[in-house]
Amino acid sequence: MSHKPEKLLDKKGLRLDGRKPEELRPIKIEVGVLSNADGSAYIQQGKNKILAAVYGPKELHPKHLALPDRTVLRCRYHMAPFSVQERKSPAPSRREIELSKVIRESLEPTVFLEYYPRTGIDIFIEVLQADGGTRCASITAASLALADAGIPMRDLVAACAAGKIENTIVLDLDDTEDKIGGADVPVALMPNLNAVTLLQMDGILTLEEFEKAINLALEGCQKIYSMQKEALKAKYVNVKEAEE
Amino acid sequence: MSSVIVRVKQKQIAQLIAKGKRLDGRGLTEYREIKVEQGIIERAEGSARILLGKTEVMVGTKIEIGKPFPDTPNEGVLTVNAELVPLASPIFEPGPPDENSIEIARVVDRGIRESKTIDFEKLCIEPGKKVFVVFVDVYVLNHDGNLIDASALAALAALLNTKMFNYEIKEDEVEIKPGYTPLSLKKHPIAVTFAKINDKFVVDPWLEEEQVMETRLTITVDDNDNICAIQKGGSGYFTPKQVLDAAKIAKEKAGEIRKKLNW
Repeated sequence: MSHKPEKLLDKKGLRLDGRKPEELRPIKIEVGVLSNADGSAYIQQGKNKILAAVYGPKELHPKHLALPDRTVLRCRYHMAPFSVQERKSPAPSRREIELSKVIRESLEPTVFLEYYPRTGIDIFIEVLQADGGTRCASITAASLALADAGIPMRDLVAACAAGKIENTIVLDLDDTEDKIGGADVPVALMPNLNAVTLLQMDGILTLEEFEKAINLALEGCQKIYSMQKEALKAKYVNVKEAEE
Repeated sequence: MSSVIVRVKQKQIAQLIAKGKRLDGRGLTEYREIKVEQGIIERAEGSARILLGKTEVMVGTKIEIGKPFPDTPNEGVLTVNAELVPLASPIFEPGPPDENSIEIARVVDRGIRESKTIDFEKLCIEPGKKVFVVFVDVYVLNHDGNLIDASALAALAALLNTKMFNYEIKEDEVEIKPGYTPLSLKKHPIAVTFAKINDKFVVDPWLEEEQVMETRLTITVDDNDNICAIQKGGSGYFTPKQVLDAAKIAKEKAGEIRKKLNW
């Protein structure tokens, strides 16, 4: 069992893990990590460890779900039983079902769904270790997995949360900050189109605080976006060099 | 609904909205008529029925004694569940809750929980062992759009109407005593839902608008004009400016509704 810390910010205004309020956790992204999947990505964001895989476009089962004018995007967000402090039952919880829905809806705007009528694209997300902000890290990884699968997209989707701890607006909350803090605002962005595709909030914020939080989260998304591009390049530049 | 009809309708609805009008004659930020009835199910600890235009939602609350969560041993428990019962709409099917009903329940739950509407510490009987569990069961009876706002209103109306049974602790056992005290609520969170159709916003979308909308945004506001829950839904997107504009409108609308209902 973990105990609750008294304060989330020290005298210098630094957070429990030594970060400044507007600082992201260390992020490591890798693209193309699973050989069976059509596209895949792995992300480490702080202690979060998340795998995303894409299968498709492919024939959809059950067939009656197929649509005549576009592909059907499906998404499963799932947490491993060992990913959290107390074992989580592997059966999908209500939270996981809701997150699967909002993650799918955050990725749908970027995919040219109409290119593949009567088919399905499956996105599988497995949270191997969770430390707050898993939905955002999942979106970041899943959009890379879609790109890795060669699915035509309008933009990558980068996601990041901002929130409030001890009356300070901070970026990228970890689990402790999320649980004890005052609010959490996860945001997903298609940076080239300035389009917000995921927006949720819990906690209490004034209008001014909310504006500050969403702007900080958007800045975080931009930073993550450049890391996404680097990760994609890292795989495909290597492939190109190997070809030559 | 077949996608051809939706496209024809979308054009008509979008053209009207561009002129600041809607198919049912409302203004873009105007709610449908809200009717509230409370205390309609005698067996429930609290109950209410909300009519939001033709959308009809009933909520019953039950209170039982249960165990607290290990991480909040001094606090009672709130459980919100939503049922999209098949008699409410041709698109609802019997079976376990699907992602839509889970989303409604969780957005309603978030509004009540995060605004600290219920004083959970008052629901503690014996720390770590016994607490009151408040069940809020949302029952959608007729679906004509904007189920989230209607469900949130109905849940709040039912909680306002909820009676706690009196009790006494005798030798570690809870003994129910005659009489009731009302469950005290500290806040009145109001959910305000927007639909984005052709890059324009309408408040309180009804069914035809929901069928053609690209995206949905729900913002829940408490009595102090603070935002306590947000949920984006649907497969479209917003610009950051649209979100901030919506938050301002939500604040006004929530205030209006609270005033109208005397909450």
